[in-house]
This record gives sequence, structure tokens and C-alpha cells, in this order.
Amino acid sequence: MSTCRLWWSAGIGVLIAIAGVWPAAAQLPTYGVGRPPSAEEIKTWDLTIPPDGQGLPSGSGTAVLGTAVFEERCASCHGETGEDPKYSRLVGGQGTLATDKPVRTIGSFWQYATTLWSYIRRAQPFDEPGSLTPDQVYAVTAYLLHLNGIIGEQDVMDAKTLPLVKMPNRDGFVPDPRPDVGPASSQPKR
Amino acid sequence: MSDAASNPESSQQDSSRRRFLQGGVVLGAALAAGAGCPIAGQAQAVPDDPSKVLGSPLRPYGERSRFEQTVRDKNLHMTDEMGSNSTPLDETLGIITPSALHYVVHRGGLPDIDLRKHRLLIHGMVDRPVVLTVEEIKRLPSTSRILFLECAGNTQTEWRAPTGKTVRDTHGVTGCSEWTGVPLSLLLREAGVQQGAAWIVAEGADATGNERSIPMAKAMDNVLVAYGQNGEAIRPENGYPLRLIVPGCEGNANVKWLRRITVVDRPYMTRMETTEHTALVPDGKARQFNFVMEAKSVITFPSGGQRLATPGFYEIRGLAWSGRGLIRRVEVSTDSGKTWRDARLQEPVLPLAHARFRLDWRWDGREAILQSRCTDETGYVQPTLAELVRVRGLNSIYYNNAIQNWKVAADGSVHNVHV
Repeated sequence: MSTCRLWWSAGIGVLIAIAGVWPAAAQLPTYGVGRPPSAEEIKTWDLTIPPDGQGLPSGSGTAVLGTAVFEERCASCHGETGEDPKYSRLVGGQGTLATDKPVRTIGSFWQYATTLWSYIRRAQPFDEPGSLTPDQVYAVTAYLLHLNGIIGEQDVMDAKTLPLVKMPNRDGFVPDPRPDVGPASSQPKR
Repeated sequence: MSDAASNPESSQQDSSRRRFLQGGVVLGAALAAGAGCPIAGQAQAVPDDPSKVLGSPLRPYGERSRFEQTVRDKNLHMTDEMGSNSTPLDETLGIITPSALHYVVHRGGLPDIDLRKHRLLIHGMVDRPVVLTVEEIKRLPSTSRILFLECAGNTQTEWRAPTGKTVRDTHGVTGCSEWTGVPLSLLLREAGVQQGAAWIVAEGADATGNERSIPMAKAMDNVLVAYGQNGEAIRPENGYPLRLIVPGCEGNANVKWLRRITVVDRPYMTRMETTEHTALVPDGKARQFNFVMEAKSVITFPSGGQRLATPGFYEIRGLAWSGRGLIRRVEVSTDSGKTWRDARLQEPVLPLAHARFRLDWRWDGREAILQSRCTDETGYVQPTLAELVRVRGLNSIYYNNAIQNWKVAADGSVHNVHV
């Protein structure tokens, strides 16, 4: 390629970049398909909340505020105090995991409070998923954490405080050791 | 002549068939209105000699014979929208599970997705975040692979006692399809994975927004963004129009109705990888990020609920699979594990797929305990339930790949038992 053409190409590149319409930049470069997402699209779709709370929206709630939301939107399946075992039991069970009859609940088993927040926002109530406002999700989360004796009734849950909640079973998980039977169980893992 | 008279076997199943047919009439009528073909299953005379009657008109989309009635069984249901329907393993043949009979696990019902509106977003720690339509994904270099899927909870009812009556109950949450799609590694390379990225989070467009964290090494290995199942578009229940296929790994990680892949530096600890699919062991700890479905086999004939009419020759049939690769060997015992014989492995035997095994057997009419035991290419041998329980206790729910026992009673009836 001649120096002249190189400059010419670079010049076009700069112009397109300045205009903000560099079409290839956000597409799959080899195949030239796809388009860049808008910030709005990412915001709408990116509802994943990791344990450090990155992406939690503004808003807040307490167990007191969550009581009414839970009674109205959640109790018909989970019972007034979250102890109905018909669907997922939400409350109780602490200290049972190493027994013959472990009871897995938010209080006894769940690892991170952010998981609870994220799941309520995306998947609850069962028949109206995604219909709770961020304030309502914070409030219901606070209510369930309070029912499990993890936070106080007036503790405010928001983007800052939720990730700081230490769940009772936070350290209750270990990596997969399989194969755990037979000769391969004593060999180095693949 | 009635159906029952022409086909004596059908009379036993008449009531269940009728229920099934009633359900099919609406769809049948809709098809008939468009295609002008006879309503599948509608009561109609069957000619004594079909070669003496002009057949029905050509039809645009194939239906099975109206004399075939096998359906997915209700497995574990919490609500109509939450639970599993199992593959009728006792009636499927070969290694491919018909799409319409492929097991299904739903936690938020079946989403209704318009192919034209569906999008896949790839973003996060990538240089070129991208939104792709399904049509665009189909244009990309693709591949097809025959791969099994198995729910991590398959066989979960069998830890404490022989609970399921049939092989559908005990082992039906598995299936094997030819999946067609684009390697996820291709999409990730094109998007430009940034330094420090170590996991992806994949999310589905169902009412639970099912999301799973998957290690980057696996994502770059052999994962597919699939749009095809057994030669046509993926069935809605199996993830239409796009799903992740993570070969050898628990079904839930094969995110259905895939709409988003976020490239990240750590696992995001979603519900389905913390509260579910974690295996509680006796010290109260739970094993996490288990993924691989270890080698497992089951005899599908004779199996629970079936009956051997008379002593004599039978071909023992079954399926074996391993999330670590190829099935190398399947052994069958007809004497409760005292002696074992090698079963024939039907070609092709494919890695990470169901393998069909067969063994000739002459039943002498006395009680017999039938078992199958597989070995995969890593040398891993399918364990007994006692071996698993010794290490994992009784409360781990998931990943039960123990040897299954079927008791053939002297009257020919077959039962699920523990030995």
C-alpha cells in the first residue's frame, strides 16, 4: 500500500471516528454483522448483580416497608412469614445443614444477599415477574433478611448496604471435588 | 373396524390415548384448516388392506402415526409452569431423542418469543459489544454436534429409596439431540474479550431470566450458541430461538432462550448456581460450580413398569453417557452384580452423547436383578449408590449417577429396587 493511500485510509478512519459512526468498530469485524448496543439497551438487559452489588439501582427499603409488599405480593405462595414449605421455604433452617434433614432457606443456605435481590427483581412474583419497583425489591429483600434474623427491622437496604450483608452460610460452599468415587478420586483432577 | 380391534394393544391405552387426542384436536383442526389434510387422530375407519384405498393427501408438516401416543411424562411439578417433563426413555429408540419428546425443565413457564424480535447482546469486558439478530447469527460459520443434555437433578428421587416407578421417573430428565449453532468462542473472539475476563454470565429470556456464570475456559472450548435441534429450529420448550449448549454440563447451564452474554471477571453468584445445583454433603458444606455430568447408564428395556410376557429371548437395551467424553464400555449384570457381561455399543459412539447399548438375554423365568455399569474414556466407572452415599450422604439432591437396579419378578413384571 502506498504511503499516500495509507494516509487517505487513516484520514477516512479519523473522520468516521469523529462523526461517531464507525460502523465496523462495534460489529463482528470478520463477518460484518451485528450492531453496537445502545446504552439504554444495556441498561434494560443487564440486570445481573454480582456479590459486590455492581449495577444495583438507586432506591431503598426496610423490613417494615417490606411487610406490606410481602403480604400483598408474596404471601399467597410463601405464607405470611415465609415458612410455607409448599414452594421454596424462605425462612428458618439455620443450623440444619449438617443434619439428616437439612432445611435450605435464605437464612440457612443462601450465600449472598445480592442473589436474593437479583432473583426477586427478575423472577418474582411468580405470576408477575419483574413487576416490583427497585424500592419494593429492596423492601422485600430487607423483610426476608429480617425474618431470618440477619438484619434489623429498621435497617435500610440500598445499593451500598445490601452487598455488606453477611449471609450466615456465606462460607458454606466448596469447589467441586469430583470425581469423588473410584480410583480416579485419588488422582489429580483434570 | 375400530382402532382397538385392528390394534389389540391400543385398547389397553385407550383412555389415555383419548385424553391425548382430545388435546390434539384443536391443533389438528388448525392444521387441517390450512392444509386440507385429515385431522390427525380423528376417529376414522382403518382399511383392512391400506393398499386397496387411495391414501390421504400430501401434508406440509409431518405428524407421527395416530397410533403412536408416547408423550413426555410429568416428572416433578410444583405448578403447571414450574417443574419437569421427562423423556419417555422406555420408548425412545437409538440415540436421538425426538425433539417433541425431549425432556423439559421450566421454572417460569414457556416464553413466547418472536424470532424477528429476539436479539443476543454480548457485552461487558469486550472491545466490541454487539447486538445480533437470530438471522445474523445463522449467517456465521456454524457446526452441528450430537450431544446429550441432562438435568443435574435427574435421578434425585432415588437417593433414599427406590421411588420412581419407571425409567421416565428415575432417569427421564435427559435427552440427546443434534444441535446446530455458532461456536461461542467465535462470537467472543469477534467481540474481543479483554484481559482479565474470566467468566461469562449467560441469561435467558424466560420469566425467571435464568442466568448462569460459566468459566471462560469452558466458554472458549466447545460451547455453542445453538439455533437448530435435530435439523430444524429448536423447539420452544428447548430454547427457541437461541440457546447455549455447554457439552457435558448440567442442563440448567445450557441457558435456553439466550438473550445476553456478559463477559466478566468473576462468577456472579446467581440463584441457579448458589441455592440450586449446589450439592450438600454430610459436613454441611455445599459443592458449587459442579457442571459436569459424570458417566451414567441405565437399562431402558426391561425397565420399571414393563412386563416380560414369557420366558425366552429379550434384547436388553439402554443408554449410557458421560460429560467427560466417550463411553468406552458398558457392562450388564442380570444377577444383581455378581457377574457382568460386556454389552454391544452401537456405532456411532460419540463423545458427550447418548450411546445405545444392547445385550442378548434369555430370561429363564426366575427373578433377576438387571444392572448396567459404564466406563468412560477417563477410566471413570459408574458407581453404586452405596459408593456415592458413602462420600456424599443422602442430601446432595443432584448428580446421582448411581447404577440402577431393575428387578424382573417371576411373573415378568419389572420393578425399581435398591440392592
